[in-house]
Amino acid sequence: MGQYVVRRLLQMIPVFVGATLLIFLMVNVMGDPVAGLCGDRQCDPATAAQLRKEFGLDQPVWQQYLTYMGNVFTGDFGTAFNGQEVTELMSTAFPVTLRLTIVAIAFEILIGITLGVVTGLRRGHPVDTGVLLLTLVVISVPTFVTGLLLQLLLGVEWGWIRPSVSSAAPFAELLLPGLVLASVSLAYVTRLTRTSIAENRRSDYVRTAIAKGLPRHRVVTRHLLRNSLIPVVTFIGADIGFLMGGAIVTERIFNIHGVGYQLYQGILRQNTQTVVGFVTVLVLVFLLCSLVVDLLYAALDPRIRYA
Amino acid sequence: MHGATHARWAVCAVVLALAATGCGGGGGSAADGGAVLSSSWTDPQNPLEPANTNEVQGGKVLDMIFRGLKRYDPKTGEAENMLAEKFETTDSQNYTITVKDGWTFSNGEKVTARSFVDAWNYGASLRNNQKNAYFFSYIEGYDKVHPAKGEQSADTMSGLKVLDDRTFTVRLSQKFSSFPDTLGYNAFVPLPRAFFDDHAGWLAKPVGNGPYAVESYTKGSEMRLTRWNAYPGEDAARNDGVTLKVYTDNNTAYTDLMAGNLDLVDDIPAQQLRNVRSDLGDRYLNTPAGIIQTLAFPHYDKDWNKPGSVKVRQGLSRAIDREQITRTIFQGTRTPATDWTSPVLGTEGGYKEGLCGEWCEYDPAAAKKLIEEGGGLPGGQVKITYNADTGSHKLWVDAVCNSINNALGNDRACVGNPIGTFADFRSKSTTQKLSGPFRAGWQMDYPLPQNFLQPLYYTNASSNDGKWSNQEFDKLVDRANAETDLAKAVETFQKAEEVVRDNMASIPLWYQNGSAGWSERLSNVSLNPFSVPVYDQIKVG
Repeated sequence: MGQYVVRRLLQMIPVFVGATLLIFLMVNVMGDPVAGLCGDRQCDPATAAQLRKEFGLDQPVWQQYLTYMGNVFTGDFGTAFNGQEVTELMSTAFPVTLRLTIVAIAFEILIGITLGVVTGLRRGHPVDTGVLLLTLVVISVPTFVTGLLLQLLLGVEWGWIRPSVSSAAPFAELLLPGLVLASVSLAYVTRLTRTSIAENRRSDYVRTAIAKGLPRHRVVTRHLLRNSLIPVVTFIGADIGFLMGGAIVTERIFNIHGVGYQLYQGILRQNTQTVVGFVTVLVLVFLLCSLVVDLLYAALDPRIRYA
Repeated sequence: MHGATHARWAVCAVVLALAATGCGGGGGSAADGGAVLSSSWTDPQNPLEPANTNEVQGGKVLDMIFRGLKRYDPKTGEAENMLAEKFETTDSQNYTITVKDGWTFSNGEKVTARSFVDAWNYGASLRNNQKNAYFFSYIEGYDKVHPAKGEQSADTMSGLKVLDDRTFTVRLSQKFSSFPDTLGYNAFVPLPRAFFDDHAGWLAKPVGNGPYAVESYTKGSEMRLTRWNAYPGEDAARNDGVTLKVYTDNNTAYTDLMAGNLDLVDDIPAQQLRNVRSDLGDRYLNTPAGIIQTLAFPHYDKDWNKPGSVKVRQGLSRAIDREQITRTIFQGTRTPATDWTSPVLGTEGGYKEGLCGEWCEYDPAAAKKLIEEGGGLPGGQVKITYNADTGSHKLWVDAVCNSINNALGNDRACVGNPIGTFADFRSKSTTQKLSGPFRAGWQMDYPLPQNFLQPLYYTNASSNDGKWSNQEFDKLVDRANAETDLAKAVETFQKAEEVVRDNMASIPLWYQNGSAGWSERLSNVSLNPFSVPVYDQIKVG
């Protein structure tokens, strides 16, 4: 087990270097960021040269990358064009997005798995058909439509909530954005759980458990659900990484100042330091999530053992 | 709002059950207490130093916390003395400036002649990376502190001298009669010693001498400004404070205004223009701002610098149906341009309606004829380059192209050429990489005709991206700058503008308006000629 974890951690190094290099190159291809700093007029050449020198943009790309990576290992992620340290941006953005992700994942687990179990146990039942149809609708409607619609209905028409999230972004205000963000994944989780439960229901060990005379809720939770969760856990694990970085649309609609907002602004202003810094952390989150998911397999299914 | 409170508690109860968290938040801006209003904002692009802020969002803050020697009247745009007692000059090149007595910064420090001289030297110095440094380029010694190449050889400009606590002299490197009128720009405001002694601390919480003082500043999300009660000027704030809230998307800000969570939005999204009247009624404002949109041309490209090119450009100008585009796409928030300045200058200040004449009038038949006479479009097609990331430019570029295509009876005559980001677009247009017309927007720094002409069309000027060059124009601008009589200066600038017209150096498209919408709590809302709300005059409640 320990050996397995070490091996996985070592494998992360090349993935990490490759991912950051790719992002670095992609942002660089977008062109000279200094020109955009002076509005609709030309930066005077002396100031522009000075700025390029300060941000290290006058050096060849490979050298910029090496300097950047060197700094990252000492904890210095550089400075954004507005004079703020990228680490400072991260320390304000990540907690917000983390809260949003927690809310979203909680919805996925609570609603998604519950609906999945209910429908999986009652295949063909009107409840099953109804939920299936509902998930189909949720999957086919883009997030921004759901988001804007709910914002308008709940925020403006009925006045139940604030349409935008305040800068402190407490959990309570993140419920609706979290639900919107989770909606599509929630539908997938429902469908995955449903299929998995329906399949395992007919398996031998479930029949044995029932034959032993175990109460129904114990059969369902301890035997059926636990074994059916493997594909769902894989999905949710990957979703954590995806939600952390992919919340750009939702964060924009609800004016949440999280990772999506910083990334969006970083891309618009071609701020290499911000974009690469945030993506680097996201890559790490993704890698760690997939490791945790793999370890969870062993916990869920005793047949899986890591040597 | 009131009826909704009940429902909100119901939702909160559900919230508690679900997430087991406290029921914070809630409550609109009205709960902020007192006559404080909330207003939409976006994160300033550069650090909030006066000589480093070149866009409206940062400028908004500077306008609240600073007052300079001059101030542009929020209504007329006229430059009026603010901190300046008098300007004395005999030759339009050497100025003696006297600062009024009794002004202090909000931290108690006196505003003296040195506060200005230190600030200007800081702004001009190359090592401080100030993006507005070129504003000081008229002052003698600028080339030493800000050389075009290499290291700076001086720290201060030789043209600035402090005489005593309240007077200093400015020597310019050339005659410039309207120099005092440029001093209302944000780059010229005085700075307290704290700015130099504790720079990081100052940036975290800027201190100025304006009607408001910064109470707290959370970068990237919110700035709270409160009324400065000891403000010595006459334009003291009529409300208790302003909270600027950062919005990523102006649509969200608009939604918040509709829901009563925000008091003032000064950038109505294009998508909402159609219904803004029914949403807000008379709580909506749409007034001219000092912004003109043009199509610039790559004059460095041989194809656009041939004997017939003027006719081609004139033809293109006549092929654009400005009236229809401004009406249908911009819902009247832009006005067809008939000269190269802006209506906010006023007719006495240099705006001349109809200066462009027939060359800006839509006439498809004449357009087709002119382009044919000029030798046709270079390469048989024009590509209008624009940045696709902001400002809904795609909409109007497509409309302009449609208009041109219809006029010429050829649906491949004009196509849009989008570029992903503003930075990339600017970097391509400033390094002469474009081979066709491109979008050019100009927002004035100060309300003078000089500001609409010299930076854009003077040989090698800072924003002359198309590299247009015309000796006659340059001579006229030099003459106008040296002219001490205002009326004569305006007349000479208009002659220079006629040279721009006769060569169709750029095609004027439309004047842009500023817009604002506000909640029922506010009254007396107006926008200044720079399309920034005049916060100090807004009344709350």
